[in-house]
This record gives sequence, structure tokens and C-alpha cells, in this order.
Amino acid sequence: MNETLRWTRKDLLGIAPLDAPEIELILDTAESFLEVAERPIKKVPTLRGKGVINLFFEPSTRTRSSFELAEKRLSADSMNVSASTSALVKGESLLDTATNLQAMSPDLIIIRHQHPGVPHMLAKRLEAGVINAGDGAHEHPTQALLDALTIRRNKGRIKGLRVAIIGDIEHSRVVRSNIQLLNKLGAEVTIAGPRSMMPAAAHALGATVSYDLDEALEGRDVVMMLRTQLERHKRSLVPSVREYFKLFGLTHARLARAADDVIVMHPGPMNRGTEIASDVADGPASVILEQVANGVAVRMAVLYLLSTAATGAAPTAAGQSDKEPHAGDGAHRGES
Amino acid sequence: MSEGAARLIRGGRVVDPSQGIDGTFDVLIEDGKVVRIEERIEAPDGAEITDAEGLVVTPGLIDIHIHLREPGFEYKETVGTGVVSAAAGGFTAVACMANTAPVNDSRSVTEHILLEADRHPYARVYPIGAVSKGMAGEELAEIGEMASAGAVAFSDDGLPVMSSSLMRRAFQYAQHYDVPVIQHAEDLDLTGPGVMHEGEWSTRLGLPGIPGAAEDVMVARDLLLAEDTGGRYHVAHMSTGRALELVRLFRARGVNATCEVSPHHLLLTDQAVSDYGFATCTKMKPPLRAKADVEALIAGVVDGTVDCIASDHAPHHHDEKDVQFSAAPFGIVGLETTVSLLLDRLVHAGIIDLSRLIELLSTGPARVLGLEGGTLTPGSTADITLLALDREVTVDPGSFRSKGTSTPFSGWNLRGVAVGTMLAGVPVRLP
Amino acid sequence: MTHPSEDRSRTDPSKTERAILDDAEMARVVRRMAGELLEREPDLASLMLLGIRTRGLPLAERIADEVERMEGVRLEIGALDITLYRDDLSTIGPQPVVRGSELQSPVEGRVVVLCDDVLFTGRTIRAALDEVGDYGRPKAVRLAVLVDRGHRELPIHADIVGKTIETDRDELVEVAFREIDDGEWVRVLQGRGGA
Repeated sequence: MNETLRWTRKDLLGIAPLDAPEIELILDTAESFLEVAERPIKKVPTLRGKGVINLFFEPSTRTRSSFELAEKRLSADSMNVSASTSALVKGESLLDTATNLQAMSPDLIIIRHQHPGVPHMLAKRLEAGVINAGDGAHEHPTQALLDALTIRRNKGRIKGLRVAIIGDIEHSRVVRSNIQLLNKLGAEVTIAGPRSMMPAAAHALGATVSYDLDEALEGRDVVMMLRTQLERHKRSLVPSVREYFKLFGLTHARLARAADDVIVMHPGPMNRGTEIASDVADGPASVILEQVANGVAVRMAVLYLLSTAATGAAPTAAGQSDKEPHAGDGAHRGES
Repeated sequence: MSEGAARLIRGGRVVDPSQGIDGTFDVLIEDGKVVRIEERIEAPDGAEITDAEGLVVTPGLIDIHIHLREPGFEYKETVGTGVVSAAAGGFTAVACMANTAPVNDSRSVTEHILLEADRHPYARVYPIGAVSKGMAGEELAEIGEMASAGAVAFSDDGLPVMSSSLMRRAFQYAQHYDVPVIQHAEDLDLTGPGVMHEGEWSTRLGLPGIPGAAEDVMVARDLLLAEDTGGRYHVAHMSTGRALELVRLFRARGVNATCEVSPHHLLLTDQAVSDYGFATCTKMKPPLRAKADVEALIAGVVDGTVDCIASDHAPHHHDEKDVQFSAAPFGIVGLETTVSLLLDRLVHAGIIDLSRLIELLSTGPARVLGLEGGTLTPGSTADITLLALDREVTVDPGSFRSKGTSTPFSGWNLRGVAVGTMLAGVPVRLP
Repeated sequence: MTHPSEDRSRTDPSKTERAILDDAEMARVVRRMAGELLEREPDLASLMLLGIRTRGLPLAERIADEVERMEGVRLEIGALDITLYRDDLSTIGPQPVVRGSELQSPVEGRVVVLCDDVLFTGRTIRAALDEVGDYGRPKAVRLAVLVDRGHRELPIHADIVGKTIETDRDELVEVAFREIDDGEWVRVLQGRGGA
């Protein structure tokens, strides 16, 4: 662990701005938070008195409840604002909604929006730290971080691993954040999906592009399946679920091409029988439920790091406490 | 200057591509017309003198693609604020698009715009009428009525004419009045929900893309229809290399086709959407394109394929642009940045010479729309722009005379600026 | 797990040092602390040593070593990271790294002995008590520290103290353990004020 590195960012908008040591700091911190979930009292007072607003413009049970649980386990005061209850439906602008929330002096605002760039716009205007909980097909940094934590805990490393990400690449924020994170930590990524679900310049994402599931699975250490929402797209990208499953559905037989100790991941919610067969989802290679547990720890780590980010204010000598970095901390002295 | 009085513009570098002039000359103006251009002219009795030493004297610059927003959207811009913005940017004439409310699809709206223009004599205003009634893309608007009221061209700009049969009829019918049909070339079906150029950066940012093909397909269709009908075709704000290639090809086949490009499509790529952090000042239609497109457009500017540069000045209210990228309207302002941008980035950068730039900003646009102006030949109306080639400016939207302030060029340091304009020999004084 | 050592190599001429214990003296002090512990808590099976990260942990291990040498019994050791329980997270400068706590078994019914290198304001121990409480309800909690330097801000006192020393408030007490640092000593650094 790089113990000299300190988090200095006000916001977590994406994986793109982070460097490898920052990513590792989040993952290392998250490892420590995993233990909290095993305690009799699964709650620490770390963020007591901190206000956190979960501002979700898009329905999301999974990510929102994961953030909410992380906030509660850190003793933060959290509040949920969702699109259906927000003033946006009454014609208030997004910026007005956000500045009104800012007026309540929250410390952090978690934002999920269906359009790319919304957290970035708000981060520039708000004093509160902003965490991107998914902006359109752009980024979903905490998902990529929890995926990385899951890979690291299963494989002991990320560097040098061969990872395949399969599905609707064009509309996936998960894939964009994951490719960047995995590249930064030295993994080798292949993306695969139907040609009609590939973005215009797929090669620009920084991964090897394949249009063949079997080729993409060959020898992989990690296989990530993406949620495929065939019904979401007015413009049909694939004729039917049946055809999709035949082309790109992950079955036990096809998974055999991957490495013997392959792990299978899915950001959820799964469409069994569309992108993944039940025997794979529930099989020994699946770490899908671990991802969920790791998600809470990663979000706790991000909440902790952002809300205690170094603001440049040095402690006063009089404020010296026993475990200041730290008088009582013996030889590790005088970092004021 | 009173009627009949004379004005002598002394000692400036006169650049008039229409006559192949580029040198230090005096320009004598009488009765609002250019009388002669010679190395040394004695000032007639009573003549007012304009000392242009160190300045460039050019035929008045003309922007044939702007939005004045009046009637209907006076909160974005008015004829009055628009022409002041034009004059501040060095333009003596502008042509304004028809997408107002009501749409300029009738004589009465055309006359209203011209009446407002008369009340604000800072730059000449040439209305462009709509091709279709209400810009609905179904029935032809009263092109003849509008032409006789003063409309100089026809376009549904803001929207393309999607219907092929309507476009063909427009080409046929507009020939009775010898006016061009200007197309905002975009196949809306291919655009879909797109908000930026479809390519590397839309892929990275996860934003829905507008493929270059949306423009190319439309330009190709229109060129075929123009060829069949003999109509005059002008492509507005061309943004792709392939569309330019098509124009080149069909011109060689004898089709009467012209095209314009906008400064932002020459100076920025789609990467700006990322570099500017989703700022809505990088959102316009057509979108900022890929590097290869920019290079092709610049090649067209250099080799003469591009007929003119127009700003596509499209002001919006601050509140409308101060939203998330996806929700913002398309369009940026340009009247007050075009001249400095092009002087700095094209002329000082050595890509084109000053004479070619004046051709693109004055002689070319006048020719495309068949307007008076674009020349200082003796007998022509003395609409003139004065440029200070080496004066340095910093783009400051706060100082714009336009009501619109959205521009990706804010803060750019540029060398070269328009320092004044004259209409019929009279210096324009901004209010 | 080691701390960055750049602080150690950086000598500040404005600071003067006062030696308190050398390595041999430290070993004697720890041996005495282990003896005191056995005297106070003869039920070795109920004992659980919890070292407060970072330098409370080697102290706990030394005490356990001594107990094992004397009694032949290895006491259970756990690690406590009080970072998440600090009351000064928003006011301190550099953000502390979270390393996590590790307890081998539940604290219910046990006599928990908190071990730390230096007792100063008492806030660390307050945080540690809160944290232990979240793990369960021990039969009792005791406190063992290598050095008590005074200046308490909370009503907390140690049950077993290796060495009590007089310090000024703005002095620094430096404790080094071989496992972590490049030597073994206790000393007081002066002249911190105004740093």
C-alpha cells in the first residue's frame, strides 16, 4: 500500500481522470471497509454529521441502495431524491434543482443521470463533492472500482490478466469505466458484441474489438457480461432475444474456452437467458454476488476518501491528538 | 457625411480580390460610391479624411448565415442587437435565416425584418425566406412574394428539407426568381438522438453521435436534384470532407453548386466536447467533426472549393445554454469572433493570404447570393471594412454586443481585428 | 507494513532530542509491564490483547512474548485501527490511511487489554473504546501504554504504564520498534512549536 498517497479530489466523476495509485488507494481502503460488514455492529461513526444526498434521475435500485447502505454504515445522514419526486418534472432546471440542494449544505451529492456529463456540469457549480453514480453511456466509476476489487480479491492481482467484456458495448457506461481502469492497472481487455451494438469508433475505447464470442472468450481470466436491454432501444439493434442469446449468450459450454480458473462477472441486474445462462450465473465461476458485497465497501471507501480529502488545511499544533499522523504515533512524527 | 460630400480614405493597404488589388492606396468616395483607388489622391475641397495608415481597407465583409431571431425570439437576439453585433465584428451586411416565430415564410415577415433593419442602420440585412410553409417541409412557401419583398435566398435552415420531392420543386421554382436554395444538409433519420459528431469522441464520452453520413447523404441527394433541375444550390455550414468532395465532383459536371464553411468547423474538432468538459459551447449543428474533416475543409478553403465562410451566428439565451449538454440547444455566436479567428488562425498562420480571406468573407458571399457589394470597383457602393492586422485581442463574451455569449473561443488570444466599418462611405458608429 | 521513513532521516536542527529509553531499557520496561499484567489478570484464557495501530501492535506482541516466556501461554492478539472512530477527521491535515481492524474472536466476556505506545490526550483511547464497544460487550477493558506523557483531555488513565515522563505540550514523543523502524528507542523531540 502506498501510504504516502492522499486523496485530494473534491469529486469522483469518472475513472478517466484517475491515475493508477489513486485507483489503488481506493481499492486498498475498500479492503479495510470489507471487514466492517463482518462486525456485529456493521456501522462506524466516521461520517457522523456529514450530509449526503442521493440524486437519482434514473431508476436504479441496485446502485442507489448500495450507496445508501455505504452511507448508513459510515453514519452519514443521507437523503434520497429521485426524478419522480424532484421538481424537474415540474419544469425546474437541473441546475436549479442542484443549487437548491446545495443550499442545504450537503457534503456529498451522488448523481445518477441518463445523460453523459451531467455530474461534470454540476461538480463545477457545487461546493459539495460530487460522485458520479452513472451518467448515460459515459462512466460509472464505482462499478469499475468494485469490479476491480472483485478481480483483485479473486486473482490476487490485475496486472497481466486477460479480461473480456461482452454485450451491448455502445450503450454501456460500465464498459467505458472498466476498460480505462483495467488498462491503467495493466490488464489486457477485449470487448465483444454484435456489430450493431458497437460504438462508431470502438477501437478508441482502448480494448481489442471482437465480434465473435468464442474468440473473445479464448483463454480469458475474467469474463464480464453486460446487461442487455433489447427492449430499451426503439431502434432495434438485434432482431430478438433468441438470436442474441445464440450469438452472444454465455453458456457453460462456451465458457469452457476461457481459462480454467475464469471468473464470471455481471454488473446486474441480469437477464437470464438473454446474455447469460442460469447455470453460468449460479455456477462455480460466478462471483456476481461478491461484486454486490464489494460494491458497498468500495462506495464506503469513496465516501470516506472524498469527505476527508486533504483540503490543504494543516492541523494546528494545539489540535495535536494522540493519533495525529501523529504525536503518539511514535517515530512517524511531525507531519503537520 | 452629408449627401454629395466626399471622403478620402488615406494610406491604407487596400485589399480587393475582385480587382486583384493588394497595395497601399488612397480610396476616394463620393455620393456613397467608390470613385477611384490610386496611389495618391488629393483630397477634394470639403472632403472628410479617414487616416487608414497601418490599417487594411477591404470591401465590406458579408456574413450570409446568421440568425437574428426576430420575430419571436427577441430574448435571444433582435434585428437591432444582431446588426450591432455584426458591425462590431466588422460586417457591413448579413443574411438572416428564416427560423423565427412566425417563420419567415411570407412577404409580411420579410417586410417586418427589413423594417426593423431600416430602424437599425448598422449593417445591411438580407432576409432569407423559408423554403416550405412554416418550415414544415411539406408545401412550398410563397417564394415569389418574399423574393419581391427582398428575400435573397431560400432555406429551412435549422431544419433540412427532408422531402426529396419538395426539394426538387424548390429547385425548379426558385429559378423563376434566380435565387439559390440553401440547404441545412442533415438526414434527420441518421441523426436520430445524436448530439455530437459520431466518432472517436462520441464513443469515448458515450454521447449519441451524428454521423458524417447524415450530411453527405443529403448533399449527394441535393446535388443530383440540382443537376436534374438546373437549380442553384448552396450548402450551408458544410462540415464533412466527403460533402466537400461531392460538391467538387458535381461542380465539375456543371452543377450550379456553392458551399460555405463556419469558422468553428475549421478550428475545432469533436475532441473539444471532451476537452471543454461537456461545455455546451461545443454543441452546434452540424457538430464539430473529426480531424480528417477539418483538414479536408481547410484544403477546400485553400484550393477554392469553398466559396465563403459564414459564422452561423446562432444566439441563445444564457439560461438555455447553461444546462446539461444533452438538453442544450444547438448553436453558438460568431459575428464578433469570425474575423479575428480567421486572421489569426488562417492568415497569420500562413494557410491562406489576406486576399483569399477577403474573397471568402466578402467577394465570395456576395457572389453566392448575388448581392451588391464584395468589391471596391469604381461605381460600387462604398461599404468598407477596416482591419488592424496586428492588433491583439482576447475573446471576451462579456463584451459582445450580441445577446448571445456562448462561444468555444472565449479567452483565446488572437492577432488581428476589425476596427471599423462604413456603409455607403459613412463610418458606422455603434450605439 | 512499514511507515515511510523520510521523516526519520530528515533532521531538523531546531529540534533537540532527549533520550528516554534505549533498546535494552525498553525490553526491561516491557518485561515489567507483562509481569504487572499477570499480577492483575491471572485468568490468562480470558485475556485478549488489542494493539492500536500502528505502534500499539508491536507493543502487544512484545507483551505477549514476555507472557509466553514466563507462563508458556500465548495470549490472543488483535489489531485495532481507530481511524474510522476519530473525532478529528475533518480537522486534521493529511488523511489517515485506513488499514482495518483484525480481531481473531468475539470480545464477549473477555478481558480486553488495549495496548498503545504513547498515552497523550486520551482521544485515541476514547475512539478505541467506542470501536471495541461496536464489536461486542467485553467483561472488562484495560489499558497498557509504554509511555504516559500527560496532557490528558479526557478522563482516561492507563492501568499499566511502562514509563511516565514529563513533557511540554508541543513536544513530540517518538517511539521506535524494530519491526517498523530502524531501531528501538523512546525519545522526546523539542522545538516542535512554531513548526
